[in-house]
Amino acid sequence: MKIKGIAVLAFIAATLFAASMVWAGSIVIKGSTTVLPIAQKTAEVYMKQNPDVKISISGGGSGNGMKALIDGSTDIADSSRFIKGKEVSLAVEKGVYPVPFAVAYDCIVPVVHPSNPIVNITMAQLKDIYMGKVKNWKDIDGPDQPVVVISRDTSSGTYEVWNKKVMKKERVFPGALLQASNGAVSQAVAKNKNAIGYIGLGYVNKDVKGLMVNRIAGSAETTLNGTYPISRPLFMFTPGWPKGDVLNFINFVINPEKGQKYVAEAGYVPLY
Amino acid sequence: MSPKKQTGKGRRNREKIIRFFFFGVALASITTLFLIALFLFVEGVPIFKVVSVSDFVFGKYWYPTDDPAAFGIFPLIIASIAVTLVSSVISIPLGVLTALYLAEGASAGVREWVKPIVELLAALPSVVIGFFGMVIVAPVLQEILNIPTGLNLFNASLMLAFMSIPTICSLSEDAIFGVPVELKEASLALGATHWETIARVIFPASISGICTAVILGMSRAMGETMVVLMVAGGAAMIPTSLFEPVRPMPASIAAEMAEAPFHSDHYYALFATAIVLFLFTLAFNVIAEQISHRYRQVGAATL
Repeated sequence: MKIKGIAVLAFIAATLFAASMVWAGSIVIKGSTTVLPIAQKTAEVYMKQNPDVKISISGGGSGNGMKALIDGSTDIADSSRFIKGKEVSLAVEKGVYPVPFAVAYDCIVPVVHPSNPIVNITMAQLKDIYMGKVKNWKDIDGPDQPVVVISRDTSSGTYEVWNKKVMKKERVFPGALLQASNGAVSQAVAKNKNAIGYIGLGYVNKDVKGLMVNRIAGSAETTLNGTYPISRPLFMFTPGWPKGDVLNFINFVINPEKGQKYVAEAGYVPLY
Repeated sequence: MSPKKQTGKGRRNREKIIRFFFFGVALASITTLFLIALFLFVEGVPIFKVVSVSDFVFGKYWYPTDDPAAFGIFPLIIASIAVTLVSSVISIPLGVLTALYLAEGASAGVREWVKPIVELLAALPSVVIGFFGMVIVAPVLQEILNIPTGLNLFNASLMLAFMSIPTICSLSEDAIFGVPVELKEASLALGATHWETIARVIFPASISGICTAVILGMSRAMGETMVVLMVAGGAAMIPTSLFEPVRPMPASIAAEMAEAPFHSDHYYALFATAIVLFLFTLAFNVIAEQISHRYRQVGAATL
């Protein structure tokens, strides 16, 4: 009897707790794992400043975010790409009008060991290197030493950009080394004079040398004016023009004094 | 005698309660293991709707996020086997010989110093060993051997050997210590030297325990994650030399699981990889158990 009583009490308490979460302002965010760090950081700070608002965030990929947006199970869909035509028509059919907000830019820089004399590389050369066609740096006017290709785990957003912008549907060859984070790639490149890797702009430091791509150096400026080729905008989509807490949160994220500071901290390029 | 008889029933009941308590504790860990295995299978098996078991196990390409995706873990299985074998080539002689020395050769003073140090190796967190391999061993290997990268099969095996030596050494030492002293004394009494006694009597008598130690050490090397993730290089291809980068199964799971969309094919494929890994380590443990049962040295009479 006693145990049953406790179980019932616990159940009631849990229900009340859950209900109170719903009654307070709550925002559901789903979608791209690339945007996830931005959403997490900004949401953390936002919730600290607005304790009555609860934000729940999950990844799942841009496609899943869009799906959730269309069927109404999320307030904000994170996406590392613009919405597709098919998704727009699906949404409109259900009476949802997706509104995009660019929240940051992602800029990926190829890096080599500081002792490597190469300063510029073309998109075609990058692709050949990552397909395993270029095996020696001298093939692209570098020193006579083997190329060690370092790539990211296939589920990362950084890999996704690289795959799309540089590889253009070709596969990174299986001989490429795998590192599981931007930091690990930078570490591995810093320790190996033969290596080439790619990392988010925010992770480039003095231990590695960032290369110019097609004679354009990756920076916040070249990303924002669109000249740097390996970059893309990141979005948050809302179903219809946002209202209430969702509007406040979006405003917080795109405010240069508030959310955008954390965008840079997460290793991305802020909007301004 | 009489007070015991009076409380006989109470004592038996208490005995029963204690036995049930221990049964429950034992059951809890068994249940946990069973649930973990069940969970692995529930989350891993759906991938076989997408690829066949043989394409999964023998497929040569691992491109889980491509469209269409390729889920072949053969290079990962080969990598796991390769690092385990190479590391045991290093760790078995070192571990077993250290154990023999500690049990038979070393003076009590040396033993008191060396044994805790060897066991301290086991206490080193794997991320520390991995970091050591990545930051210190890799550049040195690359420099000395003039190879493209120091993050490779050999480096990973070396680090794994560090990790399995304490297991192999302390379990082997227990086995050697367990050899009945009568055997040793009989051998010495027959005129054999200490060395002959070690080689012909003590070592054969403890061989089953040493085998168990070796296999448990190998299973530790195969399941180790952090070291291979940091040091093995991570290229998903079948290695053709000792100095090529490889990607063992645990490294692949650890690197990709965090961002694989929940209940996607990629997620299922990673769990299926974990099933394969689980079957490997299970096989190791079953073999170790078999050996220690079959060749157990019972008393001094069976040699």
